[in-house]
Amino acid sequence: MAIGTTFLGLLEAGPRHGYDLKRAYDERFGADRPLSYGQVYATLARLLKNGLVEVDGVEPGSGPERKRYAITDAGVTDVERWLAQPEKPEPYLQSTLYAKVVLALLTGRGAHELLDAQRAEHLRLMRELTARRRDGDIADVLICDHALFHLEADVRWLELTAARLDELEAVVA
Amino acid sequence: MILTARALKKTYGITPALAGADFEIAPGEVVAVMGPSGSGKSTLLHCIAGIIAPDEGTVEFDGRDLGSMSDVERSALRRSEFGFVFQFGQLVPELSCRENVALPLRLDGVARRVAEQRADALLEALEVGGVAKQRPGTVSGGEGQRVAVARALVTDPRVLFADEPTGALDSLNGERVMELLTAAARERNTAVVLVTHETRVAAYSDREVIVRDGRTRETVSS
Ligand SMILES: Nc1ncnc2c1ncn2[C@@H]1O[C@H](COP(=O)(O)OP(=O)(O)OP(=O)(O)O)[C@@H](O)[C@H]1O
Ligand SMILES: [Mg+2]
Repeated sequence: MAIGTTFLGLLEAGPRHGYDLKRAYDERFGADRPLSYGQVYATLARLLKNGLVEVDGVEPGSGPERKRYAITDAGVTDVERWLAQPEKPEPYLQSTLYAKVVLALLTGRGAHELLDAQRAEHLRLMRELTARRRDGDIADVLICDHALFHLEADVRWLELTAARLDELEAVVA
Repeated sequence: MILTARALKKTYGITPALAGADFEIAPGEVVAVMGPSGSGKSTLLHCIAGIIAPDEGTVEFDGRDLGSMSDVERSALRRSEFGFVFQFGQLVPELSCRENVALPLRLDGVARRVAEQRADALLEALEVGGVAKQRPGTVSGGEGQRVAVARALVTDPRVLFADEPTGALDSLNGERVMELLTAAARERNTAVVLVTHETRVAAYSDREVIVRDGRTRETVSS
Protein backbone atom coordinates (compact mmCIF):
# COMPACT_ATOMS: atom_id res chain seq x y z
CA MET A 1 0.00 0.00 0.00
CA ALA A 2 1.15 3.56 -0.71
CA ILE A 3 2.31 4.73 2.72
CA GLY A 4 3.37 8.16 1.44
CA THR A 5 0.02 9.05 -0.08
CA THR A 6 -1.77 7.66 2.94
CA PHE A 7 0.29 9.99 5.14
CA LEU A 8 -0.64 12.89 2.89
CA GLY A 9 -4.32 12.00 3.22
CA LEU A 10 -4.00 11.91 6.99
CA LEU A 11 -2.17 15.26 6.97
CA GLU A 12 -4.91 16.91 4.94
CA ALA A 13 -7.05 17.20 8.05
CA GLY A 14 -4.27 19.12 9.84
CA PRO A 15 -0.54 19.11 10.64
CA ARG A 16 0.85 16.26 12.76
CA HIS A 17 4.08 15.05 14.29
CA GLY A 18 5.73 11.93 12.94
CA TYR A 19 4.77 9.78 15.94
CA ASP A 20 1.23 11.05 15.72
CA LEU A 21 1.08 10.07 12.05
CA LYS A 22 2.40 6.61 12.83
CA ARG A 23 -0.24 6.17 15.52
CA ALA A 24 -3.06 7.31 13.21
CA TYR A 25 -1.79 5.05 10.43
CA ASP A 26 -1.40 1.97 12.64
CA GLU A 27 -4.81 2.52 14.17
CA ARG A 28 -6.61 2.73 10.86
CA PHE A 29 -4.57 0.68 8.42
CA GLY A 30 -1.79 -1.14 10.24
CA ALA A 31 -3.81 -3.95 11.85
CA ASP A 32 -1.36 -6.72 11.06
CA ARG A 33 1.72 -4.67 10.18
CA PRO A 34 2.39 -1.54 12.23
CA LEU A 35 4.96 0.84 10.71
CA SER A 36 8.48 1.07 12.10
CA TYR A 37 9.78 4.51 13.05
CA GLY A 38 12.43 4.05 10.36
CA GLN A 39 9.70 3.71 7.72
CA VAL A 40 7.84 6.71 9.09
CA TYR A 41 10.80 9.08 8.97
CA ALA A 42 12.12 7.77 5.66
CA THR A 43 8.68 8.33 4.14
CA LEU A 44 8.41 11.82 5.60
CA ALA A 45 11.91 12.71 4.35
CA ARG A 46 10.90 11.64 0.84
CA LEU A 47 7.65 13.63 0.97
CA LEU A 48 9.61 16.66 2.21
CA LYS A 49 12.17 16.33 -0.56
CA ASN A 50 9.40 16.12 -3.19
CA GLY A 51 7.70 19.22 -1.81
CA LEU A 52 4.53 17.35 -0.81
CA VAL A 53 4.86 18.25 2.89
CA GLU A 54 6.62 21.04 4.73
CA VAL A 55 7.83 21.46 8.27
CA ASP A 56 5.17 23.39 10.06
CA GLY A 57 6.92 23.87 13.37
CA VAL A 58 9.81 22.51 15.42
CA GLU A 59 9.68 21.99 19.14
CA PRO A 60 12.73 22.64 21.34
CA GLY A 61 15.20 19.77 21.45
CA SER A 62 16.65 17.73 18.64
CA GLY A 63 15.82 14.76 16.36
CA PRO A 64 13.19 14.22 13.71
CA GLU A 65 10.44 13.52 16.25
CA ARG A 66 10.39 17.23 17.16
CA LYS A 67 9.11 18.29 13.77
CA ARG A 68 5.53 18.89 12.90
CA TYR A 69 4.55 18.31 9.26
CA ALA A 70 1.90 20.00 7.12
CA ILE A 71 0.66 19.08 3.66
CA THR A 72 1.46 21.44 0.75
CA ASP A 73 -0.78 22.29 -2.22
CA ALA A 74 1.24 19.86 -4.30
CA GLY A 75 0.55 17.22 -1.63
CA VAL A 76 -3.19 17.86 -1.80
CA THR A 77 -3.06 17.49 -5.59
CA ASP A 78 -1.24 14.20 -5.11
CA VAL A 79 -3.96 12.84 -2.82
CA GLU A 80 -6.61 14.05 -5.22
CA ARG A 81 -4.96 12.24 -8.11
CA TRP A 82 -4.46 9.03 -6.13
CA LEU A 83 -8.08 8.86 -5.04
CA ALA A 84 -9.43 9.60 -8.52
CA GLN A 85 -7.22 7.06 -10.30
CA PRO A 86 -8.66 3.52 -10.18
CA GLU A 87 -6.23 0.79 -9.15
CA LYS A 88 -5.14 -1.71 -11.72
CA PRO A 89 -7.45 -4.65 -10.98
CA GLU A 90 -5.53 -7.53 -9.43
CA PRO A 91 -6.07 -9.91 -6.53
CA TYR A 92 -5.55 -8.70 -2.97
CA LEU A 93 -6.21 -5.03 -3.62
CA GLN A 94 -8.43 -4.84 -0.60
CA SER A 95 -6.07 -2.98 1.76
CA THR A 96 -5.37 -0.21 -0.78
CA LEU A 97 -9.02 0.15 -1.70
CA TYR A 98 -10.03 0.25 1.94
CA ALA A 99 -7.48 2.99 2.63
CA LYS A 100 -8.75 5.01 -0.32
CA VAL A 101 -12.33 4.80 0.87
CA VAL A 102 -11.44 5.81 4.43
CA LEU A 103 -9.27 8.70 3.27
CA ALA A 104 -11.93 9.92 0.82
CA LEU A 105 -14.39 10.08 3.72
CA LEU A 106 -11.83 11.62 6.11
CA THR A 107 -10.99 14.37 3.65
CA GLY A 108 -14.61 15.09 2.75
CA ARG A 109 -14.35 13.79 -0.81
CA GLY A 110 -17.02 11.50 -2.22
CA ALA A 111 -16.22 7.81 -1.83
CA HIS A 112 -19.05 6.79 -4.16
CA GLU A 113 -17.16 8.23 -7.13
CA LEU A 114 -14.02 6.27 -6.46
CA LEU A 115 -15.96 3.05 -5.83
CA ASP A 116 -17.85 3.54 -9.12
CA ALA A 117 -14.66 4.30 -11.04
CA GLN A 118 -12.99 1.21 -9.58
CA ARG A 119 -16.01 -0.95 -10.36
CA ALA A 120 -15.97 0.26 -13.98
CA GLU A 121 -12.26 -0.53 -14.22
CA HIS A 122 -12.85 -4.04 -12.88
CA LEU A 123 -15.73 -4.63 -15.27
CA ARG A 124 -13.61 -3.44 -18.19
CA LEU A 125 -11.03 -6.12 -17.40
CA MET A 126 -13.76 -8.72 -16.84
CA ARG A 127 -15.15 -7.97 -20.32
CA GLU A 128 -11.70 -8.45 -21.79
CA LEU A 129 -11.26 -11.79 -19.99
CA THR A 130 -14.75 -12.92 -21.00
CA ALA A 131 -13.92 -12.22 -24.65
CA ARG A 132 -10.58 -14.01 -24.37
CA ARG A 133 -12.33 -16.93 -22.67
CA ARG A 134 -14.90 -17.16 -25.46
CA ASP A 135 -12.28 -17.35 -28.20
CA GLY A 136 -9.83 -19.51 -26.28
CA ASP A 137 -9.18 -23.19 -25.63
CA ILE A 138 -9.85 -25.00 -22.37
CA ALA A 139 -6.60 -23.73 -20.83
CA ASP A 140 -7.61 -20.12 -21.55
CA VAL A 141 -11.05 -20.81 -20.13
CA LEU A 142 -9.64 -22.10 -16.85
CA ILE A 143 -7.07 -19.33 -16.51
CA CYS A 144 -9.61 -16.62 -17.30
CA ASP A 145 -12.15 -18.19 -14.92
CA HIS A 146 -9.70 -17.94 -12.05
CA ALA A 147 -9.09 -14.25 -12.70
CA LEU A 148 -12.81 -13.61 -13.25
CA PHE A 149 -13.81 -15.16 -9.92
CA HIS A 150 -11.24 -13.03 -8.06
CA LEU A 151 -12.35 -9.87 -9.81
CA GLU A 152 -15.97 -10.74 -9.11
CA ALA A 153 -15.16 -11.03 -5.41
CA ASP A 154 -13.59 -7.56 -5.50
CA VAL A 155 -16.65 -6.14 -7.23
CA ARG A 156 -18.92 -7.64 -4.59
CA TRP A 157 -16.82 -5.98 -1.94
CA LEU A 158 -17.04 -2.66 -3.82
CA GLU A 159 -20.83 -2.98 -4.01
CA LEU A 160 -21.23 -3.89 -0.35
CA THR A 161 -18.91 -1.06 0.67
CA ALA A 162 -20.95 1.39 -1.42
CA ALA A 163 -24.07 0.20 0.38
CA ARG A 164 -22.39 0.72 3.77
CA LEU A 165 -20.71 4.08 3.23
CA ASP A 166 -23.00 5.96 5.62
CA GLU A 167 -22.25 3.47 8.34
CA LEU A 168 -18.49 3.72 7.72
CA GLU A 169 -18.59 7.51 7.53
CA ALA A 170 -20.23 7.66 10.94
CA VAL A 171 -17.26 5.88 12.55
CA VAL A 172 -14.29 7.30 10.62
CA ALA A 173 -15.23 10.94 10.11
CA MET B 1 -30.70 3.86 -31.39
CA ILE B 2 -33.41 1.24 -31.73
CA LEU B 3 -34.93 2.00 -28.30
CA THR B 4 -34.77 5.23 -26.33
CA ALA B 5 -36.39 6.09 -22.99
CA ARG B 6 -36.25 9.51 -21.34
CA ALA B 7 -37.02 10.68 -17.81
CA LEU B 8 -39.15 7.68 -16.84
CA LYS B 9 -41.07 7.89 -13.59
CA LYS B 10 -43.23 5.19 -12.07
CA THR B 11 -44.74 5.07 -8.59
CA TYR B 12 -46.53 2.12 -7.00
CA GLY B 13 -48.81 3.56 -4.31
CA ILE B 14 -46.27 5.62 -2.43
CA THR B 15 -43.23 3.60 -3.53
CA PRO B 16 -41.24 5.44 -6.21
CA ALA B 17 -39.91 2.59 -8.36
CA LEU B 18 -38.49 4.88 -11.08
CA ALA B 19 -37.57 8.48 -10.38
CA GLY B 20 -36.19 9.79 -13.65
CA ALA B 21 -34.55 6.93 -15.54
CA ASP B 22 -33.01 7.19 -19.01
CA PHE B 23 -32.10 4.34 -21.29
CA GLU B 24 -31.02 3.76 -24.85
CA ILE B 25 -29.73 0.85 -26.86
CA ALA B 26 -28.43 0.48 -30.41
CA PRO B 27 -29.15 -2.44 -32.75
CA GLY B 28 -26.93 -5.40 -31.89
CA GLU B 29 -25.79 -3.89 -28.63
CA VAL B 30 -25.79 -5.83 -25.34
CA VAL B 31 -26.47 -3.58 -22.33
CA ALA B 32 -26.35 -4.86 -18.76
CA VAL B 33 -28.70 -3.26 -16.24
CA MET B 34 -27.36 -3.62 -12.72
CA GLY B 35 -28.07 -2.20 -9.29
CA PRO B 36 -29.19 -3.19 -5.81
CA SER B 37 -32.34 -5.22 -5.21
CA GLY B 38 -35.42 -3.02 -5.33
CA SER B 39 -33.64 -0.23 -7.19
CA GLY B 40 -36.08 -0.39 -10.12
CA LYS B 41 -34.36 -2.63 -12.70
CA SER B 42 -37.37 -4.81 -13.50
CA THR B 43 -39.68 -1.80 -13.50
CA LEU B 44 -37.37 -0.11 -16.02
CA LEU B 45 -37.38 -3.23 -18.19
CA HIS B 46 -41.19 -3.48 -18.05
CA CYS B 47 -41.55 0.19 -19.02
CA ILE B 48 -39.16 0.11 -21.97
CA ALA B 49 -40.68 -3.16 -23.21
CA GLY B 50 -44.17 -1.65 -23.18
CA ILE B 51 -45.47 -4.11 -20.58
CA ILE B 52 -46.38 -1.33 -18.14
CA ALA B 53 -46.91 2.36 -18.84
CA PRO B 54 -44.68 4.87 -16.99
CA ASP B 55 -46.41 7.72 -15.09
CA GLU B 56 -44.10 10.18 -16.84
CA GLY B 57 -41.46 10.09 -19.54
CA THR B 58 -41.28 8.70 -23.06
CA VAL B 59 -40.28 5.43 -24.68
CA GLU B 60 -39.52 5.30 -28.39
CA PHE B 61 -38.95 2.15 -30.40
CA ASP B 62 -37.52 2.75 -33.87
CA GLY B 63 -38.85 6.30 -33.81
CA ARG B 64 -42.36 5.29 -32.67
CA ASP B 65 -43.70 6.57 -29.37
CA LEU B 66 -45.04 3.69 -27.26
CA GLY B 67 -47.11 6.05 -25.09
CA SER B 68 -49.29 7.14 -27.98
CA MET B 69 -50.07 3.61 -29.19
CA SER B 70 -53.23 1.72 -28.32
CA ASP B 71 -52.95 -1.39 -26.14
CA VAL B 72 -53.58 -3.53 -29.21
CA GLU B 73 -50.81 -1.81 -31.18
CA ARG B 74 -48.45 -2.10 -28.25
CA SER B 75 -49.01 -5.80 -27.77
CA ALA B 76 -48.63 -6.40 -31.50
CA LEU B 77 -45.32 -4.55 -31.33
CA ARG B 78 -44.22 -6.65 -28.35
CA ARG B 79 -45.09 -9.85 -30.19
CA SER B 80 -43.34 -9.01 -33.42
CA GLU B 81 -40.34 -6.92 -32.35
CA PHE B 82 -39.49 -8.01 -28.79
CA GLY B 83 -38.40 -11.26 -27.20
CA PHE B 84 -38.44 -12.06 -23.48
CA VAL B 85 -36.47 -14.35 -21.19
CA PHE B 86 -37.10 -14.45 -17.46
CA GLN B 87 -35.57 -16.26 -14.52
CA PHE B 88 -37.97 -19.22 -14.70
CA GLY B 89 -41.49 -20.46 -15.26
CA GLN B 90 -42.05 -19.20 -18.77
CA LEU B 91 -42.47 -22.38 -20.79
CA VAL B 92 -45.90 -23.96 -21.21
CA PRO B 93 -45.68 -27.27 -19.30
CA GLU B 94 -48.18 -29.13 -21.51
CA LEU B 95 -46.24 -28.50 -24.72
CA SER B 96 -42.99 -30.11 -25.86
CA CYS B 97 -39.89 -27.91 -26.00
CA ARG B 98 -40.18 -27.77 -29.79
CA GLU B 99 -43.84 -26.70 -29.55
CA ASN B 100 -42.92 -24.10 -26.96
CA VAL B 101 -40.32 -22.55 -29.24
CA ALA B 102 -42.66 -22.71 -32.23
CA LEU B 103 -45.56 -21.18 -30.28
CA PRO B 104 -44.90 -17.46 -31.01
CA LEU B 105 -44.76 -18.25 -34.74
CA ARG B 106 -47.91 -20.38 -34.57
CA LEU B 107 -49.72 -17.47 -32.85
CA ASP B 108 -48.64 -15.32 -35.79
CA GLY B 109 -50.27 -17.78 -38.18
CA VAL B 110 -47.12 -19.50 -39.44
CA ALA B 111 -47.76 -23.07 -40.63
CA ARG B 112 -46.86 -25.78 -38.14
CA ARG B 113 -44.23 -27.43 -40.31
CA VAL B 114 -42.40 -24.18 -41.02
CA ALA B 115 -42.64 -23.02 -37.39
CA GLU B 116 -41.27 -26.30 -36.07
CA GLN B 117 -38.44 -26.33 -38.57
CA ARG B 118 -37.36 -22.92 -37.38
CA ALA B 119 -37.75 -24.01 -33.78
CA ASP B 120 -35.53 -27.04 -34.39
CA ALA B 121 -32.83 -24.91 -36.02
CA LEU B 122 -32.74 -22.60 -33.02
CA LEU B 123 -32.75 -25.45 -30.51
CA GLU B 124 -29.76 -26.87 -32.42
CA ALA B 125 -27.97 -23.52 -32.30
CA LEU B 126 -28.49 -23.36 -28.55
CA GLU B 127 -27.21 -26.93 -28.23
CA VAL B 128 -30.48 -28.38 -26.94
CA GLY B 129 -31.68 -30.08 -30.12
CA GLY B 130 -31.85 -33.31 -28.12
CA VAL B 131 -34.69 -32.18 -25.86
CA ALA B 132 -37.03 -31.01 -28.67
CA LYS B 133 -39.62 -33.72 -27.99
CA GLN B 134 -39.49 -33.52 -24.19
CA ARG B 135 -41.76 -31.46 -22.01
CA PRO B 136 -40.18 -28.59 -20.00
CA GLY B 137 -40.77 -30.45 -16.71
CA THR B 138 -38.39 -33.20 -17.78
CA VAL B 139 -35.35 -31.09 -18.77
CA SER B 140 -32.69 -29.50 -16.55
CA GLY B 141 -32.77 -25.85 -15.54
CA GLY B 142 -29.94 -24.97 -17.90
CA GLU B 143 -31.60 -26.76 -20.81
CA GLY B 144 -34.92 -25.09 -19.98
CA GLN B 145 -33.33 -21.64 -20.10
CA ARG B 146 -31.79 -22.37 -23.49
CA VAL B 147 -35.21 -23.45 -24.75
CA ALA B 148 -36.60 -20.17 -23.37
CA VAL B 149 -33.87 -18.23 -25.21
CA ALA B 150 -34.73 -20.11 -28.41
CA ARG B 151 -38.39 -19.21 -27.99
CA ALA B 152 -37.52 -15.55 -27.37
CA LEU B 153 -35.45 -15.42 -30.56
CA VAL B 154 -37.69 -17.45 -32.88
CA THR B 155 -39.54 -14.39 -34.23
CA ASP B 156 -36.23 -12.64 -34.97
CA PRO B 157 -37.00 -9.79 -32.56
CA ARG B 158 -35.16 -6.48 -32.75
CA VAL B 159 -34.77 -6.35 -28.96
CA LEU B 160 -34.37 -9.21 -26.50
CA PHE B 161 -35.28 -8.43 -22.89
CA ALA B 162 -33.70 -10.76 -20.33
CA ASP B 163 -34.43 -10.33 -16.61
CA GLU B 164 -32.00 -12.44 -14.56
CA PRO B 165 -31.84 -15.15 -17.27
CA THR B 166 -29.18 -17.06 -15.34
CA GLY B 167 -30.59 -16.35 -11.88
CA ALA B 168 -31.63 -19.93 -11.24
CA LEU B 169 -28.56 -21.61 -12.77
CA ASP B 170 -25.15 -22.66 -11.43
CA SER B 171 -22.13 -20.85 -12.85
CA LEU B 172 -21.27 -23.45 -15.48
CA ASN B 173 -24.79 -23.44 -16.94
CA GLY B 174 -25.10 -19.69 -16.51
CA GLU B 175 -21.92 -19.15 -18.53
CA ARG B 176 -23.13 -21.44 -21.30
CA VAL B 177 -26.53 -19.74 -21.51
CA MET B 178 -24.84 -16.33 -21.71
CA GLU B 179 -22.38 -17.48 -24.37
CA LEU B 180 -25.14 -18.94 -26.53
CA LEU B 181 -27.55 -16.08 -25.91
CA THR B 182 -25.04 -13.36 -26.84
CA ALA B 183 -23.73 -15.33 -29.83
CA ALA B 184 -27.26 -15.88 -31.19
CA ALA B 185 -28.18 -12.23 -30.59
CA ARG B 186 -25.03 -10.91 -32.29
CA GLU B 187 -25.60 -13.12 -35.28
CA ARG B 188 -29.08 -11.60 -35.73
CA ASN B 189 -28.05 -8.06 -34.77
CA THR B 190 -30.60 -8.25 -31.94
CA ALA B 191 -30.18 -5.69 -29.15
CA VAL B 192 -30.14 -7.30 -25.68
CA VAL B 193 -31.29 -5.64 -22.47
CA LEU B 194 -29.82 -7.81 -19.75
CA VAL B 195 -30.90 -7.31 -16.13
CA THR B 196 -28.54 -9.10 -13.77
CA HIS B 197 -27.10 -9.12 -10.25
CA GLU B 198 -23.98 -10.95 -11.32
CA THR B 199 -20.91 -9.12 -12.54
CA ARG B 200 -19.70 -12.21 -14.39
CA VAL B 201 -22.93 -12.18 -16.40
CA ALA B 202 -22.67 -8.42 -16.95
CA ALA B 203 -19.20 -8.99 -18.38
CA TYR B 204 -20.90 -10.39 -21.50
CA SER B 205 -22.32 -6.93 -22.21
CA ASP B 206 -20.83 -4.08 -24.24
CA ARG B 207 -21.88 -1.48 -21.69
CA GLU B 208 -23.61 -1.28 -18.35
CA VAL B 209 -26.24 0.97 -16.85
CA ILE B 210 -26.59 1.16 -13.09
CA VAL B 211 -29.96 1.77 -11.45
CA ARG B 212 -29.90 3.25 -7.97
CA ASP B 213 -33.02 4.52 -6.20
CA GLY B 214 -34.96 4.56 -9.46
CA ARG B 215 -32.37 6.59 -11.36
CA THR B 216 -29.98 5.38 -14.03
CA ARG B 217 -26.31 6.07 -14.20
CA GLU B 218 -23.96 5.00 -16.88
CA THR B 219 -20.47 4.08 -15.75
CA VAL B 220 -17.84 4.96 -18.24
CA SER B 221 -14.67 3.04 -17.74
CA SER B 222 -11.39 4.84 -18.21
N1 LIG C 1 -46.31 -4.42 -8.99
C1 LIG C 1 -45.79 -3.72 -7.96
N2 LIG C 1 -46.56 -3.25 -6.96
C2 LIG C 1 -46.06 -2.53 -5.94
N3 LIG C 1 -44.75 -2.23 -5.81
C3 LIG C 1 -43.91 -2.68 -6.75
C4 LIG C 1 -44.37 -3.46 -7.87
N4 LIG C 1 -43.31 -3.76 -8.65
C5 LIG C 1 -42.24 -3.21 -8.04
N5 LIG C 1 -42.58 -2.57 -6.91
C6 LIG C 1 -41.66 -1.82 -6.02
O1 LIG C 1 -40.88 -0.94 -6.80
C7 LIG C 1 -39.52 -0.94 -6.40
C8 LIG C 1 -38.62 -1.39 -7.54
O2 LIG C 1 -38.91 -2.75 -7.84
P1 LIG C 1 -38.21 -3.57 -9.00
O3 LIG C 1 -38.88 -4.90 -9.08
O4 LIG C 1 -38.19 -2.75 -10.23
O5 LIG C 1 -36.74 -3.71 -8.43
P2 LIG C 1 -35.49 -4.59 -8.96
O6 LIG C 1 -34.35 -3.65 -9.10
O7 LIG C 1 -35.89 -5.36 -10.17
O8 LIG C 1 -35.22 -5.56 -7.73
P3 LIG C 1 -34.66 -7.09 -7.73
O9 LIG C 1 -33.19 -7.00 -8.00
O10 LIG C 1 -34.93 -7.53 -6.33
O11 LIG C 1 -35.40 -7.87 -8.78
C9 LIG C 1 -39.45 -1.86 -5.18
O12 LIG C 1 -39.53 -1.07 -4.03
C10 LIG C 1 -40.68 -2.73 -5.33
O13 LIG C 1 -41.14 -3.16 -4.08
MG1 LIG D 1 -36.08 -7.45 -10.60
